[in-house]
Amino acid sequence: MDKIWIHAEIGGDKPSSITLELATKARSLGGTVEAFYAGDNAEAVAQELGQYGVSKVYTVDTGGSLQGPAVASAMAAQIEAGNTPDLVMFGSTYDGRDVLARLSVKLDHPVLTNNIDVVEEGGEVRCTTQIFGGQTIVTTAFKCPAPHLANFRPKSFAAEPGGATTAEVVAVEAPEAAKVRVIERHVEERSGPILDEAAIVVSGGRGLGSADKYEMIEQLAKALKGAPGASRAIVDAGWVPYSYQVGQTGKVVKPNVYIAAGISGATQHMVGMKGSKNIIAINKDPEAPIFGIADLGIVGDVHKVLPALLEALQGR
Amino acid sequence: MNVVVCVKQIPDPATPGELDPSTNFLKRDGKLILDESDAYGVEMALQLADKAGGGEVTLVSMAPNSEMSGLRTALAMGAAKAVLVSDPALAGSDALGTAKVLAAAIKRVEGADLIIAATEASDGYTGTVPEQVAALLDLPSITFAKKIEVADGKVKIERQTEAGYDEVEADLPALVTVTAGVVEPRYPSFKGIMAAKSKPVDEVTVADLGIDAGQVGIAGARQEITSVTPAEEREAGEVIEDDGTGHEKIVAFLEKLKVI
Repeated sequence: MDKIWIHAEIGGDKPSSITLELATKARSLGGTVEAFYAGDNAEAVAQELGQYGVSKVYTVDTGGSLQGPAVASAMAAQIEAGNTPDLVMFGSTYDGRDVLARLSVKLDHPVLTNNIDVVEEGGEVRCTTQIFGGQTIVTTAFKCPAPHLANFRPKSFAAEPGGATTAEVVAVEAPEAAKVRVIERHVEERSGPILDEAAIVVSGGRGLGSADKYEMIEQLAKALKGAPGASRAIVDAGWVPYSYQVGQTGKVVKPNVYIAAGISGATQHMVGMKGSKNIIAINKDPEAPIFGIADLGIVGDVHKVLPALLEALQGR
Repeated sequence: MNVVVCVKQIPDPATPGELDPSTNFLKRDGKLILDESDAYGVEMALQLADKAGGGEVTLVSMAPNSEMSGLRTALAMGAAKAVLVSDPALAGSDALGTAKVLAAAIKRVEGADLIIAATEASDGYTGTVPEQVAALLDLPSITFAKKIEVADGKVKIERQTEAGYDEVEADLPALVTVTAGVVEPRYPSFKGIMAAKSKPVDEVTVADLGIDAGQVGIAGARQEITSVTPAEEREAGEVIEDDGTGHEKIVAFLEKLKVI
């Protein structure tokens, strides 16, 4: 491919991990890699992206709105003027999906989403995705002219610096006016490692029985210097915030150790954690699907196993 | 306040999904149910209409056949009526084709102040359809709402972000996607279930909506599945019954990995 665009996002004060993963993958497909970015610290973000082989960063001012229409209209304006990439890569993220969807309507081009890989093969661009909780791998080819539009699950590619260059920063117009106003941004304070970067993740599910029992999960995560996570069932039930959710609709985690307590292993959950190196499951139902992928399975009551485990760990 | 809710009828997630080997489409021949993700949007819409002191909740859905069982569930929860786009031409539609159909169907609903959808469906989970619908209707959109308030012609949202949440607002009419957990969906009452049977469902075809059949279905999707393969199986390890020493097994396992 001659040229690939990536949608760059910020995580803290640097490019987010998914952004660097996309840059690395785009670089490996050959040709020029350019990024679109709407956010703070553009110079610093561009400098780091340069270390990953991104040669140009287009910056977009959203005018205090959400990214979708502004960034998509800026991309579409470039394409209209003849600056056309072969592929535009996005993260499967909150803002990434908004921009991808808006751009697809502007260009009247289809999207392929939640991909884990992309290749150029037989003169086609093909994307790979997992379905049925990761049990089946489906590859789909675009059957339309470029630019092809796709987004990718976090952690699908390793982020590796390379092809270092100085990324040129170019401010571009966003022809579409903002119709949504961001009034205030709230950052939730979190102690301990971030869920999708933690080496150890301890997740709880419906088997805990009630919201107050989630404290055991937090204590165990803390004792192991890991991050607490959750199944969709208890997020839906309002026991913990959405940001704790591991699974298809939540975070993808690939820690060294994943402990699933009181989680049966719905496909929706498994797709978010089956890439973990080591999986420990505690569940009272011996038929629970989670035991099918666990390296160590304890058929037992979480209300007995977890307190005993906490006590054993505290004595160390 | 009139609210439109986009809903999807999907195969029961409790039964394992299957692809039709001849088309590679998801098999949808069994009974379809209301996607659980949509129950939150329906409930939110009912509560907002109630709070505004009037107005109707209208469902919008599409299906290649005249399937309605999932729609009846949402009508039983309290929605007033539904528009169902039902046409064999829709089989194999992708996200953009789906969005074109839903956008055209929403236009049939008069005086819609707010359009609600789930962030993504539980079966296909492309996750772009609502924002595409908003783009096609040229409406402001706010995705991933975990809290919604409507007042003075504006919708105010707490939107989930990586770092926490943003307070975002837009003028009505607007489109909002809701995360599961935004409200607790009600169970349909017996009275509701009986009433749902006679609620109006406006069944229309792609042609009724003025959409060219080439824009939807397989033709409109402009993509082709080139391979379907089973993923590498992860092997199950040791599974033991807890006899009071289960925690010791976990400690030993963690020690072996040198994480404690």
